[in-house]
Amino acid sequence: MALVDVKGVSKRFGGLTAVSDVDLTVNAGEVHCLIGPNGAGKSTLFKLIVGLYPPTAGSIFFDSVDITTERPYARVQRGMSIKMQAPSVFKELPVRQNIQIALQERLAGAERNAEEDRLLSLLNLADDCGKLAGALSHGQQQWLEIGMALALRPQLLLLDEPTAGMSPEETYKTGELIKSFNAEGMTVLVVEHDMAFVRQVAQRVTVLHLGKIFARGSLEAILEDEQVAEIYLGKTHAH
Amino acid sequence: MLKLLDGPQTLGRGRIFWSCFLAVLAGALIYPLFADSYDVGNFAYFLIWIFMALGLCLMWGYGGMLSFGQTFFFGIAGYGYGVLAINMGGGTATIAALVLSVVIAMIAAGILGYFMIWGGISGIFFGIVTLSATLVLAFFLGQTAGPEWHIGSARLNGFNGMKGMDPLTVGSFDIEGSALYYVMIALIVIVYIALRMLVNSSVGNVIVATRENPQRAEMLGYDVRKYQLLTFVIGSGLAGLSGALYTSWGQFITPSSIGLPAAAMPIVWVAFSGRNDLTATLVGSFLLLFGFQTITVYSQQAALVLMGVLLLATVMLAPQGFVLGIGKLVVDWWSRRRRRNESPALADAGRLQSDET
Repeated sequence: MALVDVKGVSKRFGGLTAVSDVDLTVNAGEVHCLIGPNGAGKSTLFKLIVGLYPPTAGSIFFDSVDITTERPYARVQRGMSIKMQAPSVFKELPVRQNIQIALQERLAGAERNAEEDRLLSLLNLADDCGKLAGALSHGQQQWLEIGMALALRPQLLLLDEPTAGMSPEETYKTGELIKSFNAEGMTVLVVEHDMAFVRQVAQRVTVLHLGKIFARGSLEAILEDEQVAEIYLGKTHAH
Repeated sequence: MLKLLDGPQTLGRGRIFWSCFLAVLAGALIYPLFADSYDVGNFAYFLIWIFMALGLCLMWGYGGMLSFGQTFFFGIAGYGYGVLAINMGGGTATIAALVLSVVIAMIAAGILGYFMIWGGISGIFFGIVTLSATLVLAFFLGQTAGPEWHIGSARLNGFNGMKGMDPLTVGSFDIEGSALYYVMIALIVIVYIALRMLVNSSVGNVIVATRENPQRAEMLGYDVRKYQLLTFVIGSGLAGLSGALYTSWGQFITPSSIGLPAAAMPIVWVAFSGRNDLTATLVGSFLLLFGFQTITVYSQQAALVLMGVLLLATVMLAPQGFVLGIGKLVVDWWSRRRRRNESPALADAGRLQSDET
């Protein structure tokens, strides 16, 4: 069953068409990866889904409800959560307070405190919970933002390059974390360049190129597609 | 509830801070017993402005909205009090006039705030629009000298200002002098405590989150516009409270208490004090008002120049505010001292442990 249904969506910025007539379906319970070269329109499509940009044309459905004109907070309340490409945390607030702000609508009192502690240790941030979020390393800020997105317990988790700035071990751990949440029923849509990470988590892959859907299917099928290999992966990676 | 008094959004915390708070409060309560009535009246006058400063601290320091409109709402409530007190006939009705005038200021803030915030006005443009509204009101009231400018029996009187309203009164008892001073102290304690609880609550969490990163706050499911509007209405309502109290204290109000020099004053008080903390704003604003009044006795121009110099010095030397900066230094020094005192004990504990093993 489709959790997200993007129908004929386009986004133009002046003379530039960043996303052109895109149809995309993300099924409930899957990990779906969006890949493509720089400038393909992946982040723009993310921002369209979450409501940070209004589409120039087309419609977006979430759980069969047309959310095209809804503001981002309303989409989040429906069950979406996003981690942006550049770390987007509350830099002048302590790490724990960042998590607290994400949790406070869902949990209160001792239950919230316990969940804060659980998330902080899950994200390896327990020792730094008193630090200002802006004092964390780039990778730690990525973790913190993932934690804030997870704290909402969303139906759909959107992750825009979640492993940028992370070491290979941290990247692997992020992949395992995503898989564990997916196993609990969370649908995940990921934009990622790191093919090892895509291999680790993806159940379905969509390739964007010049703002259009170029290919879609399983990762194996995508890797065998000569045209995809040419525009994005490089022929040596395809085999 | 009490836990909210000592949350992460306020600098002063713990037993020592609250002991100091109670000591200052006790000093303030016994002050009229030792001071002459002129000084008590002067103190009551300084305290009138504290509400406006705390309101701006909430909006600017916690909510990230630099409003130049504090005297706009001060003027609305100040004139509102005058109009209501004159038309309602004085006596205990002045209390209703005070409350209603603050409500009117809050409704005005709700309307202006709605159009600004829902219209996407933020940052420096927020300051420009609120300043424009302030100047429009000041100029409008300045040209209401003719007899046709009246509301009921209350004449607006142009630059000469409105006069003839009664002071706050309960029954036949006028709240003036020491009584007014005690009312001010009580109101300041209530407002200060209520604001501390607000900023340390889950609503306060969203208010500071909106200041830090409104997009991220929205991406956590918060309609940040509602929180911004709430902050603006409360902060502007406090300016309204200052305005209504000012009119009842002096039994007059003129457009000069709204215009540009007056509108800049709350910015100077809060910037100098430290906009990110309510206590710093409370203390710093009081000190500045006291200093300003003292210098004004000799030269009003010199006092205004000093305010300008202080604003420049704050921007150049202590952008987070002087009083807050000093407060943080004291807290850091105290924490270091406590850690130093605790570390020998910890070392002893460690030695004991290793001896046992």
